[in-house]
Amino acid sequence: MSVLQMKLKEETKRSRPVMGVVTLVIGMVALFFSVGLSISYGAADIQLHTVWQAIFTYDQTLTTHQIIHDIRFPRVLGAAIVGACFAVAGALIQGITRNPLGDPGLLGLSAGAAFMLAICFAFFPGMKYIYLVLFSFLGASIGAGMVYGVGSLARGGLTPMRLVLAGAAVTALLTALSEGIAIYFNIGQELAFWSAGGVSGTTWFNLKILTPFVFAGFIGAILLSKSITLLSLGDEIAVGLGQKTGVIKFFGAIIVLVLAGAAVSIVGAVGFVGLMVPHITRFIVGHDYRWIIPVSIVLGALFVVLADLGARVINPPHETPIGALIALIGVPFFLYLSRKGGKTI
Amino acid sequence: MSVLSVEKVAVGYSETLIIKELSVKIPEQQITSIIGPNGCGKSTLLKAIARVLKAEKGAVYLDGQKIQQWKTKDVAKKMAILPQSSDTPTGLTVFELVSYGRFPHQSGFKGMKKEDYEYIHWAIEVTGLEDLKEKSVDALSGGQRQRVWIAMALAQDTEILILDEPTTFLDMAHQLEVLLLLEKLNKEQNRTIVMVLHDLNHASRFSHNILAMKDGALVVEGTPEVMMTKSNLKTVFDIDAHLTTCPFSNHPICLSYNLCTH
Repeated sequence: MSVLQMKLKEETKRSRPVMGVVTLVIGMVALFFSVGLSISYGAADIQLHTVWQAIFTYDQTLTTHQIIHDIRFPRVLGAAIVGACFAVAGALIQGITRNPLGDPGLLGLSAGAAFMLAICFAFFPGMKYIYLVLFSFLGASIGAGMVYGVGSLARGGLTPMRLVLAGAAVTALLTALSEGIAIYFNIGQELAFWSAGGVSGTTWFNLKILTPFVFAGFIGAILLSKSITLLSLGDEIAVGLGQKTGVIKFFGAIIVLVLAGAAVSIVGAVGFVGLMVPHITRFIVGHDYRWIIPVSIVLGALFVVLADLGARVINPPHETPIGALIALIGVPFFLYLSRKGGKTI
Repeated sequence: MSVLSVEKVAVGYSETLIIKELSVKIPEQQITSIIGPNGCGKSTLLKAIARVLKAEKGAVYLDGQKIQQWKTKDVAKKMAILPQSSDTPTGLTVFELVSYGRFPHQSGFKGMKKEDYEYIHWAIEVTGLEDLKEKSVDALSGGQRQRVWIAMALAQDTEILILDEPTTFLDMAHQLEVLLLLEKLNKEQNRTIVMVLHDLNHASRFSHNILAMKDGALVVEGTPEVMMTKSNLKTVFDIDAHLTTCPFSNHPICLSYNLCTH
């Protein structure tokens, strides 16, 4: 065997894909069990094997099966979808903007979507869910546009920190407006139930409408993943390597808005998932977005399913707001990243 | 061999045009350096040639065809670019970063072929990074890091190499190391090299052809002997230069200088 061939073998053996596959497999197994655990835990105690039966051999006459089928299963699926959406959206933002603090919550997308939903609740009560989702996408775009606009007003362009500051300002404004609308139109209870209730209100109907968007988003993100890796090396490098950067950024942005909008339409403006999960993923599988995206899907889902379970376990029978619980983990993580000076992309 | 030419190009950032009208032919298989005072448009010209900036008027031609009409991936097979400053993403090893140079030669989701590995290994070897290839790029020194980016451009396997100040932030020995490497690539493999350099003496010693710019215009163009004269340096940099001959290249170099206003 020539020296070169030996080297080649060495490289293929030790490369990152191994870590990627291992993480994906472990993540999926963990996700599977967390889903089961999450379904079985609740006011009515349900055995794990009943969960299994309810899902795979559903018997309509049994109350436990009904609880699982109508309430708990859609809820946990909602949590998984929300987590995966936020995580992939965060990964895409971080890669495209080369901003380690990229997160749909931090950059105003979630607040924008939530603001739009408040308007919908106030002016078009009883609006069809599909329209709510579409308005959520629109709101995410408005939030992102405002942050981008405010951020680029400053001299010296859009630095990661400036974007986050603009995001904080826009989020504060949009949240205040949402609350104002809630008070004025007396829809506070509806809004609070929706945003503080976390994923508990998820129904099969919601999931049916969201699934096509979400899957289209994931597939798009995976198709773009290689190009995102190149973009994350810098625009000029990407152009030099023959990348159509404008096209990639455009489609990337659309996917981010769809995923963030979809997630917010279920859970409200929850932050930090999109920040943390991609960083943890990158730490494990390296810098290649062909691995970061799929692993982020699994780990994002796992993270929010566990957070939702935690939100119910901490102080039963009350539910701790899932957003608060995630922020409790997310804020120290954010501080850690900003202290590192953002040199993590 | 690929031919690059710039014809009546006007280019700049957003509203401000930095170069109003500039035409130049880049001689193939030679080393061309662009020099000039700060803000004269050197990097802007280089970016226009590299298609990072689009010309407002005129066009850059590659093999007789406007560069924007080429498929950008096909351009990337002929021309590699090393930007001025590239932040390094963390957690990438030298090998991984260099391997991205193969992007224009790959299609879709396919992995790397044997040929790709060979180019990557060659690029790593020729830049002297063999021992570092498993190291994370962010753990390297400035000089090593610059060599990694050059290796990436080399892995791209292009006839033309475009480099924006490849020696900035490097100490004297590392600067020379980079330039000697480029000289070798030009001599042994006939690669066309276009670069922006700050150091006049480096430009003179290593170039076949020098483009001197001032205020967005091409002021002097020619061999180091043509370019490096007292009067040209006064025109371009407003300096009073004392010239001598480089003992290594026999090209004229600037021994020391004073400001003309002095």
